[in-house]
Amino acid sequence: MADSKTKSNQTQSPEEILATVVNHALDGNDVPLNTLDNKVIKAKAKAMIVRINKGTAERPEMPTNSTQVETTTSAPSAYTRKDFTSDQAVRWCPGCGDYSILAQTQKVFPDLGRKKEDFVFVSGIGCSSRFPYYMDTFGFHTIHGRAPAVATGVKLANPDLSVWVVTGDGDSLSIGGNHTIHMLRRNLDLNVMLFNNRIYGLTKGQYSPTSEVGKVTKSTPMGSLDGPFNPLSLALGAGATFVSRTLDKESKHMQDIINQSYNHKGTSFIEIYQNCNIFNDGAFSSLTDRDTKSDTVLLLEDGQPMVFGAEKNKGIRLDGNIPKVFEFGDKLNIDDALVHDKKDYIIASLLANMTYNPDFPDPLGVFYAIDMPTYEDLIVDQINDAIKKKPKGSVQQLLDSGDNWVVK
Amino acid sequence: MSRATQQVEEVVIRFAGDSGDGMQLTGGRFTDTTAIVGNDLSTLPDFPAEIRAPAGSLAGVSAFQIKFSSKDIHTPGDTPDVLVAMNPAALQVHQKEVKPGGTIICNANAFTPKNLKLAGYETNPLEDKTLDDYFTLYSIEMGKMVTLACEGLDLSSKIVDRSKNLYALGLLFWIYDRPLQPTKDWLEVKFGKKPELVEANVRSLEAGYNYGDTTEIFTTRYKVDKANLPPGKYRNIMGNNALSMGLAAAAEKSKLGMFFGGYPITPASDILHTLSAWKHLGIKTFQAEDEIAGITSVIGAAFTGGLGVTATSGPGIALKSEAMGLAVIAELPLVVINVQRGGPSTGLPTKTEQSDLLQAMYCRNGEAPLPVLASSTPGDCFFAAYEACRIAVKYMTPVVLLTDGYLANGSEPWQIPALKDLPDFKVKFADKSNISDGQFMAYLRNKDTLARPWAIPGTKGLEHRIGGIEKEDVTGNVNYDPDNHHHMVKTREQKVKNIANEFDPTEIFGKKSGDLLILSWGGTMGACRSAAEALQDEKFKVSHLNLRWLNPFPNDLGEILIKFKNVLIPEINNGQLIKMIRAEYLVDAKGLNLVRGKPISSDDIQHTVKEMIG
Ligand SMILES: Cc1ncc(C[n+]2csc(CCOP(=O)(O)OP(=O)(O)O)c2C)c(N)n1
Ligand code: SF4
Ligand SMILES: [Mg+2]
Repeated sequence: MADSKTKSNQTQSPEEILATVVNHALDGNDVPLNTLDNKVIKAKAKAMIVRINKGTAERPEMPTNSTQVETTTSAPSAYTRKDFTSDQAVRWCPGCGDYSILAQTQKVFPDLGRKKEDFVFVSGIGCSSRFPYYMDTFGFHTIHGRAPAVATGVKLANPDLSVWVVTGDGDSLSIGGNHTIHMLRRNLDLNVMLFNNRIYGLTKGQYSPTSEVGKVTKSTPMGSLDGPFNPLSLALGAGATFVSRTLDKESKHMQDIINQSYNHKGTSFIEIYQNCNIFNDGAFSSLTDRDTKSDTVLLLEDGQPMVFGAEKNKGIRLDGNIPKVFEFGDKLNIDDALVHDKKDYIIASLLANMTYNPDFPDPLGVFYAIDMPTYEDLIVDQINDAIKKKPKGSVQQLLDSGDNWVVK
Repeated sequence: MSRATQQVEEVVIRFAGDSGDGMQLTGGRFTDTTAIVGNDLSTLPDFPAEIRAPAGSLAGVSAFQIKFSSKDIHTPGDTPDVLVAMNPAALQVHQKEVKPGGTIICNANAFTPKNLKLAGYETNPLEDKTLDDYFTLYSIEMGKMVTLACEGLDLSSKIVDRSKNLYALGLLFWIYDRPLQPTKDWLEVKFGKKPELVEANVRSLEAGYNYGDTTEIFTTRYKVDKANLPPGKYRNIMGNNALSMGLAAAAEKSKLGMFFGGYPITPASDILHTLSAWKHLGIKTFQAEDEIAGITSVIGAAFTGGLGVTATSGPGIALKSEAMGLAVIAELPLVVINVQRGGPSTGLPTKTEQSDLLQAMYCRNGEAPLPVLASSTPGDCFFAAYEACRIAVKYMTPVVLLTDGYLANGSEPWQIPALKDLPDFKVKFADKSNISDGQFMAYLRNKDTLARPWAIPGTKGLEHRIGGIEKEDVTGNVNYDPDNHHHMVKTREQKVKNIANEFDPTEIFGKKSGDLLILSWGGTMGACRSAAEALQDEKFKVSHLNLRWLNPFPNDLGEILIKFKNVLIPEINNGQLIKMIRAEYLVDAKGLNLVRGKPISSDDIQHTVKEMIG
């Protein structure tokens, strides 16, 4: 979604250009690569990135004369991406969407303006849940499905930390479904990144609770029978105060959502459509293919009409209380499009319900965001109230309380 | 009127009635007054599993037993001297356990045809003389008496009738010469907002007392002298309450913030309730969505530097098992409390049992050793809880503390400890790099304890990752190397074993060698001690050893065991400690395994010992 184009830098040799875009891409900025006008270097660069990720090639030196590409608007900070990169080799399959999510996170974090030791990443089990090992922050790779509960304990024990939950569709919606809904209803100030690849990656490709009906996998050779969860409807139903969706390939969009999530006080739920190119390749291709995505993706912006299409000539409107897709023409135009209001639960629900509906584009962005007291603040308030009423006593007073008597 | 007063050493009373008759309250009041009078005592509540079984039914009978004495005692007694039966069902259920020649006091008004039928009586036992040959029977119209006593009060007859338990209590206070004032004070606090209710209960209490005093039905009063307890300040305490205080004491002494995560389950819920009421101590409690979230939230808090505690019963432990394994491999300090109840599955939720020892020891996947200790009396739950916290933090490990339904709800007079006398509990979080190149090694161990450093989020420069995948020793990085795994399995085992190095020499009650050693753990301690005392009085060469720690065993246990010709292990399970002892020491120990949902009696143990060596 970059609007700048990277011209082959006149002062750089092809090798230097290659090294520059590869380094940028590995550091999470794939704009220079994607917008490179030299097709040969572009192809070479992509191949090199795959090899580096696999571990079969070395990362090239960054040329000293490399083009600087501005990709964020945040003020520069003392941290760089490196500060959030651990020394552990990343082990996802080459081409996995998880790489981009890691890259965007490492891109955004230096500029959040928070001390790095205050970040904690908590994950469950799955390919996605390996994430904390790669972030040079405090991290805890726990057990399958339980990350929300572990994170709850982290946040309650120290509300000053910035706590991030990384989870997969199986981890958070199947084995950990219960913890997910209860975390959301409590509204602790947590950030949840749900990597939804609509498959079980780590266990090699069984269908998941977000797989479409009829999904043929090893465990469902004749097709799956049970319909999928709609994660965002579930989150809204569970009382989430921040509900959003982004896509692995949309780097800048994802960066923006991560930023907004961080700035929301309360549980921020981010569903990230993530391609598992090994077991469910192309699950979101219609949303990422250049040819189709303008018709299949609805980019949400708060306060803006819901408009999409290559020509920006389609919109969502309400017919009574039924949402409809319409094309701008004589009778209806942009003024008839529904205006997004992230504080409106009804709108958020309508948007979430478009998810599996082929008649609608898939919305990306912040569906819903409202302010509500957080659970940890309420707990601390109660403790402070209790201390006010009963001055913070000592346990000795407690032991001595009640009926007692002295034996001489 | 002067009446004979007979001096007795100890008395066992059982209050039994319908769930709605307030028997737990009656027993509790009798207990508190008895404690204040200075007797040693031990109590055993016995609740039905149903909250409100049909009135008058056998399933709805609730009971409370107290033994009090002028001597040092260890159990709530086996056979009651006195049974107070508030209805026919209570009589039916409990009469067979009353000591031959004992006393039975019944509320005659409840012996209606309907209630008699519900209890399975064809004729009224209060009238058909079937009891008279064996017991001294007092049939008193308590319902009628309280109605008379409360005449003129603006209360419904139903409410007035409910105070008949206070009538029974008053009568027993008279018989055993106990003051009414503590109960009156208590009623004032409890029902203060409803003065009419206070009045009704006080009148009933006094009516019962006066009935004993003025009628000549009771020819004798009994006097139980003060027990000769060590000097100090005392209170009466129940196990779950003592345990909660032990946790609070650990939090205060360690200066760690306490985080308790749990999910309600009988008989552990009172720990959650108690701690939740102590917010003024800064304690954070979290009622989680299930037991798994209970323990995993605690693991999160432990990672963050909190004193993490969770409490449950057997079914909850089953759910927590996977997470306990995580705490083992992540080497995080937390305390997992199992207030054991009858199993398997839902089993006997309100009854006591000791059948989760092997679950605590082995019910995790992989080699996942962790320290296991047990408390042995209600008051001891305090010290066991404190010790569990201290060891967890010192060795960076989850610790399992086993108590049981009998300890949790039972009570005893308790010498109030001084916090300053408890063992030191200093905690130091890692605050800087622990190797020369400025890095932080999350699994670089303390040489003596093998504990790893506790580096908590928010500490600059110590960012690190842990998790459930095997760790490389020292660095804590993910590692699949076969030799490293073997090394880590051995290291985790050794770390638990090292705890035994700080135990005091094991105490033996009696001689260090002899014909038989009674070996016990947990709530069976009291019955075993009583049995040993009685047997020693009869000159049997019997000693008693109670194990505080089940894992690791004390280093000197093996040498002790071989000095006895026989080892007897009484347990309320099908033989669990005995399996561990036999496996570890190859001694031919014998078991006494009675799994009836209630404590093993001292008589049962004495009988078995005599069969073995008599
Ligand atoms: C208790 C338990 N059950 C099963 C597994 C096996 N398991 C590991 S990951 C996983 C599914 C992961 O799927 P998802 O959460 O979608 O993560 P992904 O790998 O797709 O990122 C399963 C079933 C486990 N580790 N633990
Ligand atoms: S299996 Fe799929 S989700 Fe897992 S790392 Fe490979 S591509 Fe990614
Ligand atoms: Mg998945």
